[in-house]
Amino acid sequence: MSGTSLADQNLAQLANWLMYSAIAVYLLAFVAACAEWAFGGSTKVVRVSAAASSAQQTPVAPSRGRTRSVAVDGATGSSTQVLAPPAATSPEEHRAPAGDGSGAAGDSPRADLVGRIAVALTVLGLLLHFGSVLARGLAVSRPPWGNMYEFSTAFALMASAAYVGLLAARKPVRWLGVPVLFSVLLTLGLAVSVLYVDSAQLVPALHSYWLWIHVSAAIISGGVFHTAAVVTVLYLFRDRWEREVAAGRVEGRTAGLWRRLPSARTLDKLAYRLTGLVFPLWTFAVIAGAVWAEAAWGRYWGWDPKETWAFITWVAYAAYLHARATAGWKGRRAAVLGLVAFATFVFNYYGVNILITGLHSYGGLPTR
Amino acid sequence: MPQVGEPKGLGPVGWLRWGWRSLTMMRTALVLLLLLALAAVPGSLVPQEGRQPAQAAEFRRRYPDLAPLLDKLGFFDVYASPWFAAVYLLLFISLAGCIVPRTKQYVRILRSRPPTAPSRLDRLPQHVAWTASSDRGEALLTAGDLLRRRRFRVAVDFEGNGSVAGEKGYLREAGNLVFHTALFGLLIALAGGSLFGTTGQKLVLEGESFTNTVTQYDDFTPGTLASADSLQPFGFRLKGFSATYQRSGPQRGTASSFVAKLSYTEGDGGRARDALVEVNKPLEVGGSKVFLVGHGYAPVVTVRDGKGEVAWQGPAAFLPQDGNLRSVGVVKAPDARDRNGKRDGLGFSGFFLPTVQLTKDGWFSSFPAPDDPVMVLTAYHGDLGLDSGRPQNVYQLDSSGMTQFRKADGSPFAQALRPGDRMKLPGGAGSLTFDGIKQWASFQIARNPSNSTALWSSVAMGLGLCASLFIRRRRVWVRVEPLLGGRVRIVVAGLDPGGTERTAEEVTELADELRERFPALRTATPDVNTPEPVHQEQK
Ligand code: HEM
Repeated sequence: MSGTSLADQNLAQLANWLMYSAIAVYLLAFVAACAEWAFGGSTKVVRVSAAASSAQQTPVAPSRGRTRSVAVDGATGSSTQVLAPPAATSPEEHRAPAGDGSGAAGDSPRADLVGRIAVALTVLGLLLHFGSVLARGLAVSRPPWGNMYEFSTAFALMASAAYVGLLAARKPVRWLGVPVLFSVLLTLGLAVSVLYVDSAQLVPALHSYWLWIHVSAAIISGGVFHTAAVVTVLYLFRDRWEREVAAGRVEGRTAGLWRRLPSARTLDKLAYRLTGLVFPLWTFAVIAGAVWAEAAWGRYWGWDPKETWAFITWVAYAAYLHARATAGWKGRRAAVLGLVAFATFVFNYYGVNILITGLHSYGGLPTR
Repeated sequence: MPQVGEPKGLGPVGWLRWGWRSLTMMRTALVLLLLLALAAVPGSLVPQEGRQPAQAAEFRRRYPDLAPLLDKLGFFDVYASPWFAAVYLLLFISLAGCIVPRTKQYVRILRSRPPTAPSRLDRLPQHVAWTASSDRGEALLTAGDLLRRRRFRVAVDFEGNGSVAGEKGYLREAGNLVFHTALFGLLIALAGGSLFGTTGQKLVLEGESFTNTVTQYDDFTPGTLASADSLQPFGFRLKGFSATYQRSGPQRGTASSFVAKLSYTEGDGGRARDALVEVNKPLEVGGSKVFLVGHGYAPVVTVRDGKGEVAWQGPAAFLPQDGNLRSVGVVKAPDARDRNGKRDGLGFSGFFLPTVQLTKDGWFSSFPAPDDPVMVLTAYHGDLGLDSGRPQNVYQLDSSGMTQFRKADGSPFAQALRPGDRMKLPGGAGSLTFDGIKQWASFQIARNPSNSTALWSSVAMGLGLCASLFIRRRRVWVRVEPLLGGRVRIVVAGLDPGGTERTAEEVTELADELRERFPALRTATPDVNTPEPVHQEQK
């Protein structure tokens, strides 16, 4: 391990430049995604049939026309097709108090266009972002997650990749753009301003192929948990709105937003699916961490703060999965549990690294 | 899940039964899981006695009012405290009370046939129906074959209005049971580790040796039931230690490698073999693992007393205090004599800087490698207290029975030394020469007989979890109802508690295959519903 060569420094420079470009593009995407919501809410014209026929061509963009009343009591067959392509229609909307909303664009073609631009910009931002992480990794010839800056950028990459991945899988989740881009921008902003460190070699404690295995599993889990948490927050809002509508209360000023979201039931299920999907990966990340700890320190579990909080996160998500399966805890209570679980994940990263010192502090070497 | 009713009867048995049922309810499991997460929190906020004794002592000093209360609550040793144990033991009892009946039920399900079709299949949201002209028995047999080919468990029922029942995805429940059972394996492994495992630490100077016996350790923590002879015979000598650091760039001074060269022997007097031990690359010998956990410098000094005799000679390990290895340490020469030949111990304490930097704030080390080493010492004479019988820290000087040497102006006598320098004590009390520098490495030597139990339990846990979360349990039925004129009405329907789209597709595919063999009659009114997956509440 020698010092950094000139070529490596150029690569590191490129990584930084790509990062700033990615942030700029994400910012534009965020503005566009917000604009989609703004424009989509202002349309008054309703063209149900025309929109329904155009629906088939744009499975990604859930921008079909929907009148207010259909969105509210939309227990009709057609309303179930809003969220998913016909073969994969979600069924439970039959019984749901409200059907899926029309998506961020409402029924406005202009908003739909802006929304597409937002998606295109997000994809571009993701590519730049990926380029930055890759260049950083090449500059230091190691996995680019050896310190908090790198971990944050990799985590944000996974969060936005999870979103684009859902879009690419033709899941109609364009409405996720605003909150996902918001937290991606927040994470990256923190990373480049507060957490930034220049590229460098790793301390010997991190010289291990377990760094690849354990940390990448944790980062991917984090990205998907993040998406699930965003969906859960939206679920809570939409659910409250649906209750208010069911209770016959006057719609609030924000009703224009909640109306266009998928039904609470769809959101709840999506959050659960995402969590169930990565929970095994998170379990694996914790186990891999234990195996690494055994190789590095001679014990696989020592209740180090990082390990403790990984355990807490794991138990909290297990509790969420149980809550979903237990009568009386479904719905809002389970959702709150899911958010608590995500909060423990975030705390394990920022809180434990900054507030608590343990063996896992990135940068120090294990001198005793 | 067992249902909890009112406690039946007033007798203790009734209450016990009620308690048992409550404990094994899933809602209780949920609450216990949350409690477990909550209970783990304080251990990460309050320094733990076992893991960081120094920080714990510091914490006690800083919060004298709070500490006794926290002590009483066991907050300095959370993970061994009775209340933490209570939470996880209750959880595991609840788990056992959950697994056993579920396993029984599961075996019963495996033995029985797939449940027969509900009476109105077209009430199920996922269904396809059409009219064909066919023989009823043939249609039923074909449907059974198609389902079998899709690896469903199939039961064909020719009675009544004739139906085929297929079920698939039994591994979901099996996976769930394996996962929950594997948690016991993990618990047993953890318990086994803390009962029978041993760990110890040893600081070894370059050129010195270690043999694996209790007395050789600096610090030895045996498991509660581990006996001293569970230590396997082996030994090693530290032939050399090398560290490299980044010399440029923003992280200048950060270590890039630590390598300890060992020569080790296994068993009593085996052949010596060489090994390199690095961070993350322990040496495995005699069922134990030897981990490199720290390193530092040991200035080599010679202490002469007032009579000019060598009172002490050798390397003295100094302990690092920061990333640039500013290290503190002591040199003790208890048997030194003064000019008159009277016993008057000498003690030195101070710090060592591998790369000295002098600023207006004081002495610092600016780089961890020994580029410009300096040692700064002050000296004491008197009784070092080594004979008092009180336990003493080898890295600290107990100056209570000693007097510090002073300069003519009364200020404490201190001197900075480079290798080769000599420090002459005032009044001809003796001298200390700084002969050179050696390094030391500290090792953690651990033996945990339950490691493989833990690993295999984790693997089982992971596989069980994946099966439990990713496998769909679903049922498919085909009913063939006779109509007038040699025609039959075929209904294909499916049920999936998870409510996934895939089951709907499966029903459609099956219906399509079946319809190829028994085409829909054109005269019949189209009765083909796009199947939609059904969402059903889970129990
Ligand atoms: C050590 C604590 C426990 C952990 C970490 C744990 C973890 C989990 C996880 C992650 C799942 C999700 C799998 C799925 O959704 O199918 C699950 C499911 C389940 N657990 Fe646990 N569990 C624990 C204790 C218990 C206990 C004590 C009970 C019973 C009283 C229980 C009963 C169940 C049941 C019935 C399911 C299946 C739920 C369903 O059908 O979706 N678990 N458990």
